[in-house]
Amino acid sequence: MGVGIEVINLNAWYGTNHTLQDINLHIPANHATALIGPSGCGKSTFVRCLNRMHETNPVGRVTGTVRIGDLDIYADAKPVQIRRRVGMVFQRPNPFPTMSIYDNVAAGLKLNGYSNRRALDEIVEKSLRNSALWDEVKDDLKKKSGASLSGGQQQRLCIARALAVDPEVLLMDEPASALDPVSTSKIEDLIFQLKSQYTIVIVTHNMQQAARVAEKTGFFLNGRMVEFDSTHKIFTNPSDKRTEDYITGRFG
Amino acid sequence: MSQVHLQPEPSEPGGQQPTVTTAPVVSAERRFLLSRGNSVNADRFFSWLMLLCGLSIFVIVGLIAFELVVRSELSWHKFGLSFFYRSFTDPYTHVTTFWDPVNQFFGARPFVYGTIVSSLLALIIAVPLAIGVAVFLTEMCPRVLRSPLAFLTELLAAIPSVIYGLWAVFVLVPILREQINPFLIRMLGWTGFFADDNPTGLGYMSAGVILAIMILPIISSLTREVMTAVPHSQREAVLALGATRWEMIRMGVLRNARIGIVGSIILGLGRALGETMAVAMVIGATPEIHRSLLANGSSMATVIANEYAEAVGDMHLSALTEIGLALFIVTIIVNFFAQLLIWAVTRGTPAQAR
Amino acid sequence: MSNGGSNFQSQVRSVTDHMVTALAILATIIVVAPLIAIFGYLVFKGASSLNLDFFTKIPKPVGETGGGMANAILGSAILLGIASVIGIPIGIGGAIYLAEFGRGSKLANSIRFTADVLNGVPSIVMGLAAYSLIVVPKIPFLPFTGHFSAISGGVALGFMMIPTVCRTSEEMLLMVPNSIREAALGLGVPNWRSVLSISVKTASPGIITGCMLAFARVAGETAPLIFTALGNQFWSFSLNQPIAALPLQIYVYALSPYDDWHRLAWGGSLVLIILIVVSVSLVRFVTSRGVLKGNS
Repeated sequence: MGVGIEVINLNAWYGTNHTLQDINLHIPANHATALIGPSGCGKSTFVRCLNRMHETNPVGRVTGTVRIGDLDIYADAKPVQIRRRVGMVFQRPNPFPTMSIYDNVAAGLKLNGYSNRRALDEIVEKSLRNSALWDEVKDDLKKKSGASLSGGQQQRLCIARALAVDPEVLLMDEPASALDPVSTSKIEDLIFQLKSQYTIVIVTHNMQQAARVAEKTGFFLNGRMVEFDSTHKIFTNPSDKRTEDYITGRFG
Repeated sequence: MSQVHLQPEPSEPGGQQPTVTTAPVVSAERRFLLSRGNSVNADRFFSWLMLLCGLSIFVIVGLIAFELVVRSELSWHKFGLSFFYRSFTDPYTHVTTFWDPVNQFFGARPFVYGTIVSSLLALIIAVPLAIGVAVFLTEMCPRVLRSPLAFLTELLAAIPSVIYGLWAVFVLVPILREQINPFLIRMLGWTGFFADDNPTGLGYMSAGVILAIMILPIISSLTREVMTAVPHSQREAVLALGATRWEMIRMGVLRNARIGIVGSIILGLGRALGETMAVAMVIGATPEIHRSLLANGSSMATVIANEYAEAVGDMHLSALTEIGLALFIVTIIVNFFAQLLIWAVTRGTPAQAR
Repeated sequence: MSNGGSNFQSQVRSVTDHMVTALAILATIIVVAPLIAIFGYLVFKGASSLNLDFFTKIPKPVGETGGGMANAILGSAILLGIASVIGIPIGIGGAIYLAEFGRGSKLANSIRFTADVLNGVPSIVMGLAAYSLIVVPKIPFLPFTGHFSAISGGVALGFMMIPTVCRTSEEMLLMVPNSIREAALGLGVPNWRSVLSISVKTASPGIITGCMLAFARVAGETAPLIFTALGNQFWSFSLNQPIAALPLQIYVYALSPYDDWHRLAWGGSLVLIILIVVSVSLVRFVTSRGVLKGNS
């Protein structure tokens, strides 16, 4: 089951570039939350602050508080511990090219030292089923490389890989932006099913996508969060003029 | 620290506070992952270890310099800089010697001379050919031939020096002795550079030719690399002005790549200066200075190879080590500038014949 | 008038153009011909000298025919084993630092630059350093110091491998896309594990061939062995004793006056060349396929 996320006064920098400014936000558990905004608005940086990936960049810096469940991720834990609880799906499918499909899904557990083979078999199957990929790959799990799948399949493989560590939160950074429409709709269906079990935060530049999958939507602009509300309200009756301009296509 | 709170926090979609707390359902794999350490120490240890490996490069250079300086102390204390030019003329026989280990007389002049002469000869022969080959390969060569020829140059750069030496002893030297040298003596004997007094065929000339063959692939493949690094727009700009192909190569390519080409020539020079085995096998190994390029000589690297294992006395060892130190310093400087020039063009891909 | 002049000029230009083309082709022929001659001669001479005895027997004393270079092949294998144990891990470690930790830092750049410069230091100088480091001093508790030995030769070769292994491996690691590093880190995999199991493993076909190339290069090195490994006419299995090496033996035999030894020298050269051709072709094959397609 997922947990909620509490963000308090979050600021982030790339070198001297102040990419996120005073973000305050509560992301509810077991729902999908979409983050929209023009490119460069800081929405990707924001999700990368939620699993401390931002600081893998040597010039990245973060201040403020992020609480996932009861855990203050910047004060009470180390990055690897956070990332085991918070799965992430990236913009471009990035399966490990040297690993089989099976090993890709099992990577999060195996590389962290998990060695119970029987349990791994079950977890891999469950994760692949949850990511709607099982039927397509079950015959050559260990024969085919993760890189041999199609783009959409690869992205679902990456979702399965993230699910295999049984995370509480699933971060998705424009997961469908590199995919064709059919694969995109499969991913969206998947998000719809997964959000009852996981807290999902999805960054998207596609407003229809946000409207389709998310209960809550946040609008980012120039490193600030302009508005955060239920998706319905954001798209029908935004309270901020800038949000309205954006969703009606007046800029961005 | 790693045991974090497992309580899920279900909440209403819009609610700000969690209201209900259900019993946690924790899977085995989650429990396992939560029990794992944060690996901060392992990561720190690992990155330090890798840094140490990287620093070992400095350590090696430092060790070489330190050892050479220490082991040659005897020599540079006694002779100072005069080591590189001193000579000794016997008052009775009027024979001039530079290097006579039996009588404990040590001066490096013939070796410096031999190294410079053979390397310059090699450059004179190799540079025009290497640039010609590079121009042919980048600008004119049919696609089919390009890759095998590039492969061949790569192979040649990897052939061990001792094999070049072997080939030179049995094939090149006889050819020079029988065909080329008599011709040179006939045509250019009057200059004094080609004297007819050495029947062996060994000497500076043989060393220069084999060195040229050895550094050719290095120079030409690097030149090719910097030439391909010249952007296409430069070529097109010149062609658009109605230039012929040669004019395009001269103005569009060579002019833009000249820094890198000079770098690759200097790198070739560095290889030639330090080349040991092949030269040792064909230069004749006599510590003398001759104006004639066909005469026997010796070079810095070869005298070390020939005499070090059987050196007589500490001073002999020390003198040989000082020659090694000089060679080290010179090649470091030469390579430093070569790499600087090549990096300026190719931005940090390793400069080696590939 | 001006028309005629420009006509003449354009003729000159086109003649120059053709001449340069001819010169470039000529240069290529002049270069390629001796190279093919070297190869041809080597294969011709070498192949006729290779037989079972070559790989199983040690050299016969002067005057007797036959014999082989088995002890030199074994010696080279031992020396290269020592060199690889030193050169490959340190070289790859350095590459990992350059590609994964130090990217873009001043320190990494200067290490990279020093490695390139070190690559150009003559091998004879490396031999001198190994000699003064290991052969001369009698270091307490290190039984292999103080005399000529296989270890000292192996160390000299190992030091020579480090910069080559380091730079080729670094290039291979840089070809690994950042996105899969992020994927590993995003799963909560510790950095060290991600580097070894993801970056290095992905780049491993390239790294392995890079190591082979470095291996092949030092396999032919003679100069650093002359006063470290020294050479040996007999079998030697001890790391503490002078040991034979293929290139050393080739050197000695080439300068000897005996035909039978010349024959052995050619055979030994062919063996070395085959090793080098195989590794260079492998490197070319792997790099042209791209590091990522080398799926295991």
